[in-house]
Amino acid sequence: MRLSDLVEREEYKRKLWRIFLIMLAVTVIADFFVERHVEFVWEQIPGFAAFYGFVSCVFIIVFSKWIGHKWLMKDEDYYEKEETL
Amino acid sequence: MSAEAFISLLIGSASILAPSQPFFVPPGLIFIVASLLIPVLRNNRIRNIYLLAIPVIAFFDVLRMQEGVFYRIDFLGYELVLAKVDELSLVFAYVFVIMAFAGVLYALHSKNNFEFFAAFLYIGSSLGVVFAGDLFSLYIFWEIMAISSVFLIWLNNETWQERRKAIGAGFRYIMVHATGGVILLGGIILYILNTGSIEFGQIPYGDLASIFILFSFILNAAVPPLSAWLSDAYPEASVTGAVYMTAYTTKTAVYVLLRAFPGVEILIWLGAIMAVYGVIYAVLENDIRRLLAYHIISQVGYMVAGVGIGTEMAVNGSASHAFCHILYKALLFMGAGAVIHVTGRRKLTELGGIYKYMPLTFFLYMVGGFSISAFPLFSGFVSKSMVIAASAEAKMPLVWLMLTLASSGTFLHTGLKLPYFTFFGENYVEKAKKIGTGKVKEAPLNMLLAMGFLAFLCIFLGVYPEVLYRMLPYPVDFEPYTGQHITETMQILLFTALGFFLLLKYVAGEPTISLDTDWFYRKGARVFMGFVKGPLAYAAQFPVNIANHVIARVKWFSKSPVSATFLVIATGTYKLFGTIPGLQPEHSKILIEEAWKNYPGEPVRRSPVGDSIILVLLIMAIYGVISYLRP
Repeated sequence: MRLSDLVEREEYKRKLWRIFLIMLAVTVIADFFVERHVEFVWEQIPGFAAFYGFVSCVFIIVFSKWIGHKWLMKDEDYYEKEETL
Repeated sequence: MSAEAFISLLIGSASILAPSQPFFVPPGLIFIVASLLIPVLRNNRIRNIYLLAIPVIAFFDVLRMQEGVFYRIDFLGYELVLAKVDELSLVFAYVFVIMAFAGVLYALHSKNNFEFFAAFLYIGSSLGVVFAGDLFSLYIFWEIMAISSVFLIWLNNETWQERRKAIGAGFRYIMVHATGGVILLGGIILYILNTGSIEFGQIPYGDLASIFILFSFILNAAVPPLSAWLSDAYPEASVTGAVYMTAYTTKTAVYVLLRAFPGVEILIWLGAIMAVYGVIYAVLENDIRRLLAYHIISQVGYMVAGVGIGTEMAVNGSASHAFCHILYKALLFMGAGAVIHVTGRRKLTELGGIYKYMPLTFFLYMVGGFSISAFPLFSGFVSKSMVIAASAEAKMPLVWLMLTLASSGTFLHTGLKLPYFTFFGENYVEKAKKIGTGKVKEAPLNMLLAMGFLAFLCIFLGVYPEVLYRMLPYPVDFEPYTGQHITETMQILLFTALGFFLLLKYVAGEPTISLDTDWFYRKGARVFMGFVKGPLAYAAQFPVNIANHVIARVKWFSKSPVSATFLVIATGTYKLFGTIPGLQPEHSKILIEEAWKNYPGEPVRRSPVGDSIILVLLIMAIYGVISYLRP
């Protein structure tokens, strides 16, 4: 098997997804067994980090793209264009 | 400089040679002196050996340094200190010298000797800042840093770069830093006036002097809204020049903040905002090195927050994060630079599918990506977790949440988005074809070696954090590899990856640029120039116009004063009454029109006597009127 097969062949792609999902499950399950040193309330909840990580990711993408399309993103020649003032 | 100052500097320099000094040279001076020879080295092999030897010599020099205050020079009644050595300065010195070696190795194929010259000055002056024991030499090195680094942008003559953009970005960069430098100087002078001392140590925060100094420090640390210079300029530097830039300017700023302002609360919030700010902009970015530049801002945010928290653990965290960050961020810039060097393309939308042709570059880049994302066993994990733990220890939930959110964003972009769309991407086979698979190959050997060197260090520090922890300013009471840390980190990172793959079609790069605070001076400059060319130019011209007008009138009048007088009076009368007394209205109109057309008219010139007589009559008439009216 070549490295490129991992991303190019459908059956490997599906296998990779499955391995990935198993890893997700393992990290969450492991949370029930580790010794905890609690500073904040939420650190008591097993799997909080998983939830927060996912929410952060979605928030960053959605919020940035929203504010970007509304306001921040401009054409590439934005600063070169001569504008009449 | 006055003669007296010069002589005192000479005497001071001579005292360096006194035998009581320990046997080391300030490492900054090694680089600065060594830089002078670079432009004349024509032979490539000799040049390369020389370039690689200097960082090695400097490294052994730093090894020989011992804590204390050395190289004191008397200067006009003040004491300059070129080598104030303690744990904090040594941490930064080690990583600066290691980075110098990696940066030079990465650039070794370059024929651009002046770039090496500028880079050595830049590295040397950064080391100068790190060991400066007084504010005056700090300021001098601070300015050399700004001036030498701008040449890394201006000297970018690679084929994929639009020259105009590099030159413009360089000018904006130097203007911003010049402003920062002036504010720093103002702060230093106020500080000296207030305290009478030029020693550089902790500065009590609160008075105007400290605010000026802090302002110029956070400008160099790229704290928003003073951050736009970084993301504006770094991606316009050459592939090799940008690698040096990522390491020194922001990290010397972190060093001086750690030295002067530990525990200043505003820095906690600035740092936390900065960490999130960089991540949010990185989503929008299409230029691969600009994306990474926004992540410098984000990562330096952790360090600034650590400075603000100011506990022993936080200071340790900031210093160690700066150490790790320099190595992995340079590695990431090298990876992105290698892609640009080989393909000549710098945008996510124009890249894709090249993993097959550059597998080593991809692999080494990913080591940097995992390090910055703080995966266990990579260097970011052992330093970033220390800053986050310090925020937990200091009971700051919001800061903890913001920094953790930024960690998620870091992996999202540098670990997933950038490599995915650069090396793979949708329709990657066609994309790779478009780039031209024939010419896409692995980066030159020296680039790969430099990346390999840094990748090794990233993993080494991740596996043996004690090596790093032993260098830190305070004794380390922190264990990164606990079950809780590992599960927490892995959950955050893997679920970020899940989010990425689920939202894959929304995160692709778009061919746009993003507004940042550089808008104010880029558009502001245009408004200013519009003001100069429009209203200001008009206002300046206004008195000139009036004078010209008066001159023209006088000239016109002096051609024939008498007929001009009659003409003006006759026209005035006609306008007032609609006719000249004694004539038909239409006749008087024709008469006046004729008179204007003929003015000044030859006949008038031909009979100067008549003129005189008329003038005499006029004066007599006026005289008569006056004498009649006089009581």
